[in-house]
Amino acid sequence: MNDPARPIATAPVTVIKRHRIATRLWHWITAVAMFIMIGSGIGILKAHPRFYWGRYGANFDQAWTTLDQWPGWVVTLINLLTIPASYNLAISRRWHLFFALVLSFALLGFMIVSLFNRHFQRDLRVRAGELAPREVAHDVREHLALRFHDPKRPAAYNILQKLSYVATIFILLPVMILTGLAMSPAMDAAWPWLLEIFGGRQSARSIHFIAMVALVLFIIAHLALVILAGAWNEVRSMITGRFTVPGHVPAHTGEDAA
Amino acid sequence: MSTIITRRSLVAGAAVGAGALLTGCDKIIQHPEARKILFMGEEMQRGLQRALTNRNALVPEFSAAQMSPIFRSNGTRNPGTPAYTEMLVNNFADYRLRVGGLVDRPLSLSLPQLRQMPARAQITRHDCVEGWSAIAKWQGPKLATLLQAAGIRDTARYIVFTCADLYRGTPYYESIDLIDAFHPQTILAWALNDQILDVAHGAPVRLRVERQLGYKHAKYIMAIDAVASLAGIGKGKGGYWEDNVDYDWYAGI
Repeated sequence: MNDPARPIATAPVTVIKRHRIATRLWHWITAVAMFIMIGSGIGILKAHPRFYWGRYGANFDQAWTTLDQWPGWVVTLINLLTIPASYNLAISRRWHLFFALVLSFALLGFMIVSLFNRHFQRDLRVRAGELAPREVAHDVREHLALRFHDPKRPAAYNILQKLSYVATIFILLPVMILTGLAMSPAMDAAWPWLLEIFGGRQSARSIHFIAMVALVLFIIAHLALVILAGAWNEVRSMITGRFTVPGHVPAHTGEDAA
Repeated sequence: MSTIITRRSLVAGAAVGAGALLTGCDKIIQHPEARKILFMGEEMQRGLQRALTNRNALVPEFSAAQMSPIFRSNGTRNPGTPAYTEMLVNNFADYRLRVGGLVDRPLSLSLPQLRQMPARAQITRHDCVEGWSAIAKWQGPKLATLLQAAGIRDTARYIVFTCADLYRGTPYYESIDLIDAFHPQTILAWALNDQILDVAHGAPVRLRVERQLGYKHAKYIMAIDAVASLAGIGKGKGGYWEDNVDYDWYAGI
């Protein structure tokens, strides 16, 4: 096969169809939106870089963390990522609140489509037995040996991959959206349960921040594993949907392989 | 070998892409058309909120035990203009709140008159655009009461608040639409935490528009005008921050 990464490959390879168009489209929209959300979110954070628990919290109240307690390299890093580069709360908010809609409605659309095309049920559903300690330990060993794809089912997600995607799609991103809404005074009037579930507006703001950190850790792990698993092949499979696997595999082993 | 090169070039490519996206964000926002699209987010948020939620929903109110120990002040702490200082030394005896614009019966209300009007007391949360919140008790007549007393006309679309303070040398003003103006928790507060409103928090009268962020809660209100359009007032965007610093006019989120 014509894999640019291995122009003189001799081993037999098979190209399979891996990610559907809806998955690919959502992935890249979300990648750009999250990058902008993190950058503009940092810009907003800088307007009041103190975090509180509870319903209220301002300068005279007890903060559980403040920017001046953070290590220098963290501050340098967040300064590099801020959108816009020079402090401008109004413009950070414009980016943030526009792309909040892009991110949220892209996720909603992806969820609906993935229920209908059964991407969730087929590829992300954690099956009985997969969580058995023996299976998880096996997958951890495979990760440490830098083997990420089951040769028998090369397009399937392994259990650690499934768990991290499920946590991101069904927990972290919804928590980001709901805590974001809980910070809106108008939404708090319309949906007061938003405040109930997070324990007040300042708690929601703190959870928004913590969930962002968790998302950043996911992104770092995700990018590192893409690189380790074969950067070009993995990235191409998310662009064109085509994924190269070693050897000869039965034709129907794509994302929809049950 | 080639795999490693690809890997390296991909990492480099991703880094360059991220950098390009960052500087791209700053460049694109300079472009008037891109700016227009990005700024449509405000209208989309407002439209979605107004379409999907109850327009009359009340913000949560709190108990006395849930109030902030200290309610910090923000923005102008004292207008300090000669006219304001003169009113202040007279304990606002000469103060008159003017209600005009598109109304049938313009009003001019003294502070005792305002304090005699039926008042609403509410313990609510104040959310600054910067991110902090403080909970306090506010008391004063509903804005709706004044607008009805003045006979607001059908042609009115917005309520504009003219303030006594200059912010960075520019007169502070704010505006809201009639949905928020007639909301039962939108009041003209003359008391904070059971004390007469102090100068730092907007004496003698400030707006409480509870479903929006702090900068909409105009302090030191001198005049209230019903208007059909925001064009021609200030720079036409409906408020000091909106005119000068690109803040959203709709600050419900």
